Amino acid sequence: MAGLRARRARRQRVFRWTVLTVAGVFFLLPLAAMLEFSTRGGGTWSLLVDWPQLSETYPDLAEGILASLGQAALTALLMLALLVPTAIWVRLRLPGLRPLVEFVCLLPLTIPAIVLVVGLAPVYAWVNYFIGGSSLTLTFAYTILVLPYAYRAIDAGLSAIDVRTLAEAARGLGAGWATVMVRVVLPNIRSAVLSAAFLTVALVLGEFTIASLLNRTNLQVAINLLGKSSATMSVAVSLAALVLAFVLLLLLSLFGDRRRTSR
Amino acid sequence: MASATDSPALQAPTPQVRAPRRGLGHLRAGSLLGTVPFFAYVAVFLFIPTLVVVIGAFAGDGGVTLANVKALGEGYILDAFGRSIALSAITAVIGAVLGAVLAYALVTARPGGPLRRVVTAASGVLAQFGGVTLAFAFIATIGLSGFVTVFLRDHLGIDLYAGGVWLFELPGLALVYTYFQVPLMVIVFLPALDGLRPQWREATESLGGSTWQYWTRVAGPLLAPAFLGSLLLLFANAFSAYATAAALVSQGNPIVPLQIRGALTSEVVLGQQNLGKAMALGMVVVVALVMTGYTLLQRRTARWLG
Repeated sequence: MAGLRARRARRQRVFRWTVLTVAGVFFLLPLAAMLEFSTRGGGTWSLLVDWPQLSETYPDLAEGILASLGQAALTALLMLALLVPTAIWVRLRLPGLRPLVEFVCLLPLTIPAIVLVVGLAPVYAWVNYFIGGSSLTLTFAYTILVLPYAYRAIDAGLSAIDVRTLAEAARGLGAGWATVMVRVVLPNIRSAVLSAAFLTVALVLGEFTIASLLNRTNLQVAINLLGKSSATMSVAVSLAALVLAFVLLLLLSLFGDRRRTSR
Repeated sequence: MASATDSPALQAPTPQVRAPRRGLGHLRAGSLLGTVPFFAYVAVFLFIPTLVVVIGAFAGDGGVTLANVKALGEGYILDAFGRSIALSAITAVIGAVLGAVLAYALVTARPGGPLRRVVTAASGVLAQFGGVTLAFAFIATIGLSGFVTVFLRDHLGIDLYAGGVWLFELPGLALVYTYFQVPLMVIVFLPALDGLRPQWREATESLGGSTWQYWTRVAGPLLAPAFLGSLLLLFANAFSAYATAAALVSQGNPIVPLQIRGALTSEVVLGQQNLGKAMALGMVVVVALVMTGYTLLQRRTARWLG
């Protein structure tokens, strides 16, 4: 039996490294090609880290980057403000409503962004009328787009703790509902909230469909536009964006791990 | 969990300590008020857009009409749906098979180890982070002056585009779609593989079963619902994708999302707007059907591998 297991472990190791090598070549080749492509001619990467120079040479790109950062921050805030209190409240006071909230939060998965944008056009006519046509108004649509991912993260965090007991203990000691949420439950789901925020930032930085079709700008729209005039620069920015998203998700997995071990 | 605390009779005293005059009726209404911001927001930015699509698909100049939906039967729209479905099906099958193999290779590694962590994060990026960047990745790789194209031409004398520039057409789309379908499969299939217990394999062995029998009689049937469910999810993912095609395809609108863009942006033909809504409704119907299948299979999976 022991010999059989050792033989299988060896065979699995060979299999694992063969598959991973082949997959690694297929998936890393385009990234390596991006690096090679963007270093042709030189100067692209040094321009990319020189912000004043960059915003002077490619004003559209600079505007897109700033718009995306603003959208990411605002979407994360709005998502948390909307979802965290609702999720806690429903768990504590309206458990019967939980399936409905979950269904609504997962609904955007079945509505492709290209479909949502068709229906959003009239809604955004009103947004334009009341708030204006700033690219930051995309925050409203993006909050809907990230709902499924953010809800799953926050719901998993809430399932890991005994919300009801915590809340009852706090209420018994005279805390109001606001105190229960902000000072008792929130600190206990900190890592879940952080996961939701990270996922939101990564998704918003990668969004193209809605921004492009509602005639607003963000990073992806700027990259696409730049591709027509300066392919080298657009490839360099694409690679930088991919690496940034990778770092975000890697950090996320480290946070997620800490959550599991501390439980 | 504690069922006693779930009953309203035991819940009621808590608020009564602070506000004795409130009855149970007030409490329900007050509780519902807490969810108003969420539902109001979702109503404006999710339900209304959906209704706009559904109602718009049946709206004409002077009221209700079936003209938009009937127009879906026109040749070029049917062709676009056909191409979209074929593209999604092909990339879903390729992505599911390759992704499942890759996921199995990962699952044999130590869970929580750096290899798994890095590959999972990388998969997350490639699967969900922006089709535009991936389109540019492939332009840099096998575009007309891409790394691989130039290398093959200069060193091996192979012309990738002897038969025409296929990168900016459907074959190119299929290649880039595969590039994000495989990582998505890794993400959604890993949990199912993690659910396979080593004891089941040991049990097969102690009963005299071979590796082949283990895979065809034990692991295969257990994994089948998860595999099919993931396949459906991949199909929906490719079917809904827009960014890659928008950035890559240079001529014409071969697939449905690009046709919808055409209908949205063209102001020449009146009534095109509502045709766009009819196509959008068609997409929702396809995706909803596929996702329903996914949910059912997911439930079946959870029975053993949850």
